Amino acid sequence: MSGDILVANNLVKTYHQRSGKLGFGSTLVKALDNVSVSLREGTTLAIVGESGSGKSTLARCLLQLQPLDSGEVLFAGQDLSKIKGAALRAMRKNLQMVFQDPFASLNPRMRVGEIVGEGLLIHGLGSSAEQQQRVIAMLKRVGLTEADMQKYPHEFSGGQRQRIGIARALVLQPKVVVCDEPVSALDVSIQAQILLLLKELQQEMALSYMFISHDLRVVRHIADDIVVMNKGKVVEAGAVVDIYQKPQHEYTQNLLAAIPGKKTGKKNSTDAVSA
Amino acid sequence: MIALTDTTKPLLQVDHLSIVPKKMPSRLLVNGVSFTIEAGQTTCVVGESGSGKSLTALSVMGLLSKQLQLTQGMVLFNDAERGVRDLILLDDESLRKIRGKSIAMIFQEPMTSLNPVLTIGYQIGESLTTHLGLKGDALKIKIANLLDMVGIPTSRVNSYPDELSGGQRQRVMIAMSIACEPQLLIADEPTTALDVTVQAQILKLLDELKTRMNMGMLFITHDFGVVADIADKVVVMFRGEIVEAGTKDEVLGNPQHPYTKALLACVPDAEGKNPLRPIDYAWLPENQPNAGAGL
Repeated sequence: MSGDILVANNLVKTYHQRSGKLGFGSTLVKALDNVSVSLREGTTLAIVGESGSGKSTLARCLLQLQPLDSGEVLFAGQDLSKIKGAALRAMRKNLQMVFQDPFASLNPRMRVGEIVGEGLLIHGLGSSAEQQQRVIAMLKRVGLTEADMQKYPHEFSGGQRQRIGIARALVLQPKVVVCDEPVSALDVSIQAQILLLLKELQQEMALSYMFISHDLRVVRHIADDIVVMNKGKVVEAGAVVDIYQKPQHEYTQNLLAAIPGKKTGKKNSTDAVSA
Repeated sequence: MIALTDTTKPLLQVDHLSIVPKKMPSRLLVNGVSFTIEAGQTTCVVGESGSGKSLTALSVMGLLSKQLQLTQGMVLFNDAERGVRDLILLDDESLRKIRGKSIAMIFQEPMTSLNPVLTIGYQIGESLTTHLGLKGDALKIKIANLLDMVGIPTSRVNSYPDELSGGQRQRVMIAMSIACEPQLLIADEPTTALDVTVQAQILKLLDELKTRMNMGMLFITHDFGVVADIADKVVVMFRGEIVEAGTKDEVLGNPQHPYTKALLACVPDAEGKNPLRPIDYAWLPENQPNAGAGL
């Protein structure tokens, strides 16, 4: 693979949190404490950690959805924090996001065709006929049909909604996609379908993924590299195989130990299935 | 308390339970489901969304939506005080005396199942006052004991739910449900919304409580990893029917039904030895892709 497509250097982000009995006090929470990560082009980097570890803040800061206190985010060598206004909006076409909750992230009053096509409209890409063709092609690619364009989000199951969310992100042909826990709200049986779809699309469209998750079973299958975060700090980073086989930091070891079904059952059962 | 319990009968016996929507009586949401739960044991009901696992659990509690109807079946509960009774035949008053006392339930979302304007101490104490008539210092001591048991500092007794983390809220739910030392605990995906490390802690806690209080547990999940950690017996449901049932070792170690095999195969393994597999419905007959499981 070639070089790094997205690089974050020494990111710092602090929040003021209300404290004290009536909430008049204020304490400083370091959501990102000198975080540096880099995403190699065409690969998947997983950001792993528990609630409150700062992984979602990292995602939002990378996409310039939240201002940073300090640090720089380089996309293809350009510092995103120095780009403003129309130039930043144009740049966003290359940086898309797939959200965690497929029930909350789709506007219930918009038809699927409008949801997926909105990005094309905003960026003024092609004539309206061309836009429609791209929307149809994208919906078909993620396993939906042309007729689904006329439907509303509530007519779909959780897995199908996540396919709509993926279509919305990818129809703009981005370079980098940030996936914020894209399968954590889905049944285990549906998770594999969505993960395989993401993998196929990565190959076809030469995408680079930043994959945020707390589920180490899922990460093992989708990521090339891992960054483990705890309390706003990167505690460990490296290739998937190394981290799973030789976790150095105690926090990583605890996360690995907490994977359900590790000790019993699973091993025998998979043998039985393949037999 | 042991007086009337018939020790030869299981704690809970669900027998040929069927549920249909009132408006569409031909559509069987739950079709002839039977299983048993023994005291001190955990029975896991496993299935995807829409398999009927939550409806089965709700009907045990008599909490089925009014738009649904039980068309057949019995839910025989071996009550320590009143002997074996069919819960379906009981009136609301009798069911209220059982709910929260002999049978308790933990719901999936700890964020939405707690009342945001009441302190956690009050919410834990509610069933103690209602069912056991506890008041004053005796009540306070019992609430403190329960908080202690589920690992929440007793100083948090006057906290409101929004002041707690997701894992702590689920612990409060557990404290509420075990307050009256129920014989049967129903847990509907109690760890789905939680971080893995917190999930592991909650599963361990439930397992310990089960042993300590000799509780029977009906545990609903879609995750075979969780099943491997907590189950004694496993029931696999598909489109309203049980396709396979047995001990944990039987079902996980030597699954017989193609659906069980397919569901097991799509759980991603942490070692990364097996490739990801989407759920496989190839075993369903081609002309009946929407068929029930009774094939």
